[in-house]
Amino acid sequence: MYITLIWLPLLGSLVSGFGGRWLGRYGANIFSTTCVISSLILSLLIFYEIGLCGVTCQLSLASWINVGSLSVKWGFMFDSVTAVMLVVITSISSLVHLYSISYMETDPHCPRFMAYLEIFTFFMLILVTADNVLQMFLGWEGVGLASYLLINFWFTRLAANQSAIKALIVNRVGDFGLSLAIFTIFYVFSSVEYSTIFSIVPFFQYYYFSFLNFKINSITAIGLLLFVGAVGKSAQLGLHTWLPDAMEGPTPVSALIHAATMVTAGVFLIIRFSPLIEYSFFVLRTLIIFGAMTAIFGAMTGAFQNDLKRVIAYSTCSQLGYMIFACGLSCYNVSMFHLTNHAFFKALLFLSAGSIIHAVSDEQDMRKMGSLIKILPLSYSVILIGSLALTGFPFLTGFFSKDFILEIAQVSSYSNLNNNFSGLACWLGSLAVFFTAFYSFRLLYLTFINNCNVSRVKISLIHESNLLMLIPLIILALGSIFIGYLCKDFFIGPGTNFWGVSIFNLPSYTNQIEAEYLPVKIKWLPFFLSTLGIILAIFLNISIYRWYKNVQYYNFLTFLISKKWYWDSLYGKFLIRPILNFGYSVSFKNLDRGFIEIIGPYGLMKIIPSWAGMLKKIQTGQITHYLFFTVLGLCFFSIVLFLTSANHLFISVPFILYSVLLFFI
Amino acid sequence: MYEQVNYINTSTLLFLISIIGIFLNQRNILVMLMSLEMMFLAVSFNFIFSSILLDDIAGQIFSLLILTVAAAESSIGLAILVIYYRIRSVITVELMTLMSG
Repeated sequence: MYITLIWLPLLGSLVSGFGGRWLGRYGANIFSTTCVISSLILSLLIFYEIGLCGVTCQLSLASWINVGSLSVKWGFMFDSVTAVMLVVITSISSLVHLYSISYMETDPHCPRFMAYLEIFTFFMLILVTADNVLQMFLGWEGVGLASYLLINFWFTRLAANQSAIKALIVNRVGDFGLSLAIFTIFYVFSSVEYSTIFSIVPFFQYYYFSFLNFKINSITAIGLLLFVGAVGKSAQLGLHTWLPDAMEGPTPVSALIHAATMVTAGVFLIIRFSPLIEYSFFVLRTLIIFGAMTAIFGAMTGAFQNDLKRVIAYSTCSQLGYMIFACGLSCYNVSMFHLTNHAFFKALLFLSAGSIIHAVSDEQDMRKMGSLIKILPLSYSVILIGSLALTGFPFLTGFFSKDFILEIAQVSSYSNLNNNFSGLACWLGSLAVFFTAFYSFRLLYLTFINNCNVSRVKISLIHESNLLMLIPLIILALGSIFIGYLCKDFFIGPGTNFWGVSIFNLPSYTNQIEAEYLPVKIKWLPFFLSTLGIILAIFLNISIYRWYKNVQYYNFLTFLISKKWYWDSLYGKFLIRPILNFGYSVSFKNLDRGFIEIIGPYGLMKIIPSWAGMLKKIQTGQITHYLFFTVLGLCFFSIVLFLTSANHLFISVPFILYSVLLFFI
Repeated sequence: MYEQVNYINTSTLLFLISIIGIFLNQRNILVMLMSLEMMFLAVSFNFIFSSILLDDIAGQIFSLLILTVAAAESSIGLAILVIYYRIRSVITVELMTLMSG
């Protein structure tokens, strides 16, 4: 059952990818969807067995690498974190498969699309089920590769190519950090297996290794390098630029990769390594700072975007920030809970956005939509549910996880735990709540309620999607309503033993109990802020007199934010272009084609004919000149003989020969 | 009276004069041939003086051989010169630059 779950998507991918021309469109669709739905059923069984019955399972298939003390096996470990991730991945993937059968109906490359989706699911499963870091890295890189293939699915589009390359390369920066982390792990612990590493971490708490004559705490170094990996994959501030651009792929791809699975890999990594990260104060603080800044950055930027998918992409970025700083506050289970809930409502948002885009003839700009509420009531209701869940409306899914994250942040800033950084996280997170509500309802207003800005020809074509697209939406909407409530006691209930040993908390960092007993008025804060955001969004959009349009500072600010705080331009100007210039002018033109060629073939080719020409000029044809050189040579010879035989001068034969040579040159 | 330095000086001087004769003469190839003969003469002198000084017959044998060789060479050289003159009708050294590199 355990291995079947993993191999089924690979089988589906290979069959629908290589056999697509024989299976045909529907054959490939049905086969791959069946495979992934079987995986879903198996993963639900596994969730029952591991999560509810409390059994963990570890399988070791074969030896992979066996060199010296490095011994890597093909091993699979199924514990609570893995089980949750399995359910998330396979359920979102199944729904996306179902959805894209209909969404990609008119696309000529349907089997290829299905194969890519399946291979993505497969690598994601490898990532979460691995029992050693190396195999996890296989899944990690495979997910990156699959994301490249999927974003670049419409490979004739230039923008899709560019975005896919950007996604791959920016991810690769993080991957480099992760591979360094793996090297460091092996150097410090002499093992790459989770069980070995995690059991001996406490002994290495004060272990320093020397690098470039600096003494570096091994745990902190490993944690930071792992975090670099997570920054790349989970689009934290700094390497987030790939995520919004990855919206060039088809919408189901965005739902699968950029909402539910791939971006959660970074958070999963941090959660998986909780026994290690927990021992490094510094890494935890870094997580808090980066997570909080990503949360506020994503939320603010999302509030001023005009592309429907980009708003949701920045929302993802922001929610990932929440997850990361929840990890920084040592509440890995809350982070995992938010990850699960977020997967459901973000997949819902993306898929309903896809449904809207599909309806208005592939128009993505929100300013060219409006008044769709009458024509697309079902899309409206599901996206409303998704948005309310996202803003943390009470008793929807987002409420249970997101508000709890904020409560935990408030605990540490209110009590005498003396954690200054979580005060930062608390304020930035709360502000992000406000902006989250603002952009969600701005999106809803511009798309559904605003005056209609769709052209007349397109209006006549607008229709609700067919049932195959609506069923996943409805399932996800139900999930967005109920998952949080149903799973609350598993995941973050007081004293829950659901997680077993898969998540580790130092007792001194445990602060979830305090979060339950916060003053009520503080607990209301996120709700008030999100209500304020909703009211502001509605007010700004329905007020007829747009007073704010003419305020200079406002315009400057909105321009700045809608240009994503100039991250991309600054990166382009100060990082990408200098590197490209360096590559072209220094390493290519000056080194490869310049220096090495001049001292190599090209230079010799130029210099030998010129020397030969000079030597040739000596032979004038005049007999007297020849005689002159004959006698001169005789004189030189006798001088050389004289000087070398009489040892009183520091002149040797080679020196004289060189001077003769120089004379000729 | 027969100081050896003088013999060697004389023959070396003769040799150098003939070299300078070859160098400084830019016009006439006959002068070059004559200088060449003078070089042979200088070498022959040297051999004969050395043979007397060292009391050894080999030097004189060599000088006889050199005389023979010099005669043969000058005859061949003059023959080439005649042929050259027949074709070019001029024997100026400066104009002999057909074989430049």
